[in-house]
Amino acid sequence: MGVSFIVQEIMNQLIPLIPFLPLIGFAINGLFGRRLSKTAVGVIGSGALLVSFLLSIMAFNQVAATGAIQVSLYQFFSVGNLSANFGFLVDHLSVWMMLIVTGVGFLIHVYSIGYMHDDEGFWKFFAYLNLFIFSMLLLIMGDNLLMLFFGWEGVGLCSYLLIGFWYTNKEYGKAARKAFIMNRIGDLGLLLGMFMIFQNFGSLTYSDIFAALPNIQLEAGVVTLICMLLFVGAMGKSAQLPLYTWLPDAMAGPTPVSALIHAATMVTAGIYLVARFNPLYNLSPDAMHFVAIIGLITCVFAAVIGLRQNDIKKVLAYSTVSQLGLMFVALGMGAYASAMFHVTTHAFFKALLFLAAGSVIHGMGGEQDIRKMGGLRKAMPVTFWVFLIGTMAISGFPLLSGFFSKDEIFAYTFAHGGAIWWGLASLGAILTAIYMCRLLYVTFFGEFRGTHEQEHHLHESPKIMTVPLIILAVLSVAGGFLNTPHFLHLGNDQWLAHWFNSVIPMNEIHLDASTEWMLMSITTTLALIIIAASYFIYGKPSNLPVADEAQTGFTKVIANKFYVDEIYDALVVRPVEKLSKLFHYYVDIQGIDGLVNGIASAVSSLGAQVRKLQNGNIEYYLLGMVAGAILLMLTFWA
Amino acid sequence: MSLIFILIPLIASAILLLLRPAGLSRHLALAATLANLAATVYCLSCDYSQGMTCNFSVPWVPSAGIHFSLGMDGITLIMLVLTNLLAPLILLTSWEHKFDNEPRYYGLVLMMLAALNGVFLAQDGLVFYIFYELALIPIYFICAIWGGQDRIKVTLKFFIYTFVGSLFMLVALLWVYLQTNVNGAHSFAWADLTAVQLSPTAAHWVLVGFFLAFAVKMPVFPFHTWQPDTYVTSPTTGTMLLSGIMLKMGAYGVIRWMVPLAPEAMHTVDPLFISLAVFGILYASIIAVKQSDLKRLVAYSSIAHVGLIAAGIMAWNKPGVQGGIIQMLNHGINVVGLFFIVDLLERRLGTRSLADMGGIAKSAPKFATLFMIIVLGSVAVPLTNGFPGEFLLLNGVWTYNFWLGVLSGLTIIFGAVYMLRAYGLVVFGEARPETERFEDVNTREFLVLGIIAGLVIVLGFFPQTILGLTEASVDRILSAVQL
Repeated sequence: MGVSFIVQEIMNQLIPLIPFLPLIGFAINGLFGRRLSKTAVGVIGSGALLVSFLLSIMAFNQVAATGAIQVSLYQFFSVGNLSANFGFLVDHLSVWMMLIVTGVGFLIHVYSIGYMHDDEGFWKFFAYLNLFIFSMLLLIMGDNLLMLFFGWEGVGLCSYLLIGFWYTNKEYGKAARKAFIMNRIGDLGLLLGMFMIFQNFGSLTYSDIFAALPNIQLEAGVVTLICMLLFVGAMGKSAQLPLYTWLPDAMAGPTPVSALIHAATMVTAGIYLVARFNPLYNLSPDAMHFVAIIGLITCVFAAVIGLRQNDIKKVLAYSTVSQLGLMFVALGMGAYASAMFHVTTHAFFKALLFLAAGSVIHGMGGEQDIRKMGGLRKAMPVTFWVFLIGTMAISGFPLLSGFFSKDEIFAYTFAHGGAIWWGLASLGAILTAIYMCRLLYVTFFGEFRGTHEQEHHLHESPKIMTVPLIILAVLSVAGGFLNTPHFLHLGNDQWLAHWFNSVIPMNEIHLDASTEWMLMSITTTLALIIIAASYFIYGKPSNLPVADEAQTGFTKVIANKFYVDEIYDALVVRPVEKLSKLFHYYVDIQGIDGLVNGIASAVSSLGAQVRKLQNGNIEYYLLGMVAGAILLMLTFWA
Repeated sequence: MSLIFILIPLIASAILLLLRPAGLSRHLALAATLANLAATVYCLSCDYSQGMTCNFSVPWVPSAGIHFSLGMDGITLIMLVLTNLLAPLILLTSWEHKFDNEPRYYGLVLMMLAALNGVFLAQDGLVFYIFYELALIPIYFICAIWGGQDRIKVTLKFFIYTFVGSLFMLVALLWVYLQTNVNGAHSFAWADLTAVQLSPTAAHWVLVGFFLAFAVKMPVFPFHTWQPDTYVTSPTTGTMLLSGIMLKMGAYGVIRWMVPLAPEAMHTVDPLFISLAVFGILYASIIAVKQSDLKRLVAYSSIAHVGLIAAGIMAWNKPGVQGGIIQMLNHGINVVGLFFIVDLLERRLGTRSLADMGGIAKSAPKFATLFMIIVLGSVAVPLTNGFPGEFLLLNGVWTYNFWLGVLSGLTIIFGAVYMLRAYGLVVFGEARPETERFEDVNTREFLVLGIIAGLVIVLGFFPQTILGLTEASVDRILSAVQL
């Protein structure tokens, strides 16, 4: 009792505001934004997020002091046992995600004020961004799977709206639709997983499910099936093989969207889902194995494609797919906390890279092809420096954030999966360093290769864009110290893993310090060699990426993304379209309706035949009468 | 109380058809539907936990056991909400449209509404049947007189098709009636009909008879081919009455009459019925994917949605039936919105062809936004009204059979495919000369679409308000009729 109790009570009342403030922002900007000034729109949109962020910090302190907070607003529905509240669970896991979403989200909102300044859909953009944040917060704050599903589909919807933001372009519209539909394929898996969970646990609420888990006997097959179905949902949302192809296309949206939705937050929802259900996954080695395999294949596959992309945003998109794959490897190895750690650092450096790329595109007047850039470091010093920091962070330059989070995953992979797993995961990391350095050097070094007009136009972005970049750069540098490995003795050993302990029990790495030192040295040395070597390779004008037509052999296959889109088109899209026409013309109109009409015309022609009997000839009628009478008599006799 | 729902529109209809007040007909019609809506709102506060309330019964042909008896429970209530909420909206959608012979037109619409309310209220088998057929006659004339191209041919087919279907129901109903024995006499009362213990073979045929009637009406694959043509040919008001309300007579009939009358044979025929419904979902969805005519696309999407309702209800478990009922209401709301949008586009552009549209977002932002919200409801995005019903229905079908659940779950993918394709083709893209000066919604259109969009969101956030009304009634019927 006393003050702390009152503080807790107040906090409970404030929790719902965290998601609802962005919703209010959406409503205000959506309804009246057209009539408001751009400044007002920007302030409302960003301000809602800033307050949400501050409230999230308060919630964080409260969780640190008293543990998880559960707040229920009302009963959403209740049909027999199948019921769910509109309720929130703020625990160590969700509050961490809330901080990332609202914090990074706020920076991206501020950046967008500058980036979208000349767009006539400015108000709409902020309305959609706020709606996205609302959905994302429902996803992570929900205290049950239904709430998660609301957010899950909601972020998909916002993603659709924002990818197709420039709606006059038909291609963008297609990309938007593709994203929504591919996500829905995953959503079906999640939906079925929810049904199975409800059937076996009698509830959709996390606390009920995990409380019931030790007390009920489930067949191994059932657990595996549930985990697999949930993972299908994660594959869609987090762009894993085979449902990843929407993410690169999603780059059609404005760049802040790519940073916020398609790098820092939404795509990590799948990681969150699996981490949330870690007690269940731990019961199914098969499912975990599957998660790890899909993650590993995606990690390497996407990194290979990233090597030969020339659109600055596409490189980053494939990089995101690849990094998400690495997170799933971690999940599959049981290193849930490490995956969440990488979610965190990735949110910092990938948001940074995308926003810096946006700054480049802004300065280049909309150009995205790196073959037409070059030497930008002189004209855009701030952008260059932050991009450099982002590249180093993702490549695993020592002591930057990506270095720690990746290293931890590699250590777990070595300990739980063995040398081959470790080797393949490291291959993904090496490829990452290569394509990122290629991107950096081709864009910022060498001579400018754009048009004269672009060169004239070239400028550093305004403060409202560069300040968020600088903040993200600081986070990308320092973020790794949230969770330093024990063997380095840096003082705050595995702080983040300890923080998650109540939701994700600590999973110690059983490696001796010398092995860890060795592993770390190998990957670090490789990363450093690549960073240095690629400077000499891609810094040379003769090694610039060639025009699309000039590509041959395997590089052409890579540049064309292994023709996966074309394969899906041939295997799924076109057959369904053919079936649609077949069903419509042949089965429906000619087949079924033909039969219906056939019966009708048969009846009417029978009528025409029978009518001939009624021809007015008295003899026929008499004959019929006599025949009928005889027939009747015979019947009664017998 | 129950009688009011039939009397108000019937009297108004009689006034219109007999006295023909030329100028005032649409106002009178709207007033009648609003009065019914007010009565429905009043009924929301009744207590439905104890079974039928607001009972009304007078002997009609007592010697034959026929009583004109009406009554309401939660399920009926939702059907009345559906009918009487949509009716004024439907009238408003064509408020400025000049129909030839207005009194007759509005008189027929009101007669149909009276019959629809009667179907949902009837507690006597014959009364149900009579209202069921009575509803068909006005809509036949509405389509045949005020319809578009080929209207005579199309509406005749529609009439005969549904009428023949109902005849099977009549035979089945009479068969059950002849098995009743109340103090030595037969009876058409619901309670007496459902009390009959049928032999499995007889129950089998009774189910088939009722199923044919309802399957044609809803429609369920493969009895659906009258529907796309009829929807396209009818005047928009007629299409809305058919798709928004009248289809639900079939699904309601399954809950109230078909299954309770002959549960003895459900487990043998149910797999077939549900499989047909589920196949129909996929079949209609796939056809909708490549439709080039927007109205036809909505018609096929409606077959898919109703197929899911049928499958969920026939699964006969609580999520399935509850989901079916709430979805009948929400599908009605959404489909009326969609057909209104089609009508609006057709009147402004003179075409329904998707290939001739595009680029409307710029010239008509309000229209684009409202259209989006209704599309989202139709695609069943969470926190819109389409979601709770679809979720519960899929859960119901899935509980019945795993694989049927998975197959019908594909609807969430296909639904997004065809609706978003249509939306994209209509609204996005570069403006064409014809769409460049597309007029945004006027006040009346904004009012109707705004109410619908508002319902999409409010019912999406608070589905329990609807589910709570029907829960007790559904529990009663499920515990009384166990398969």
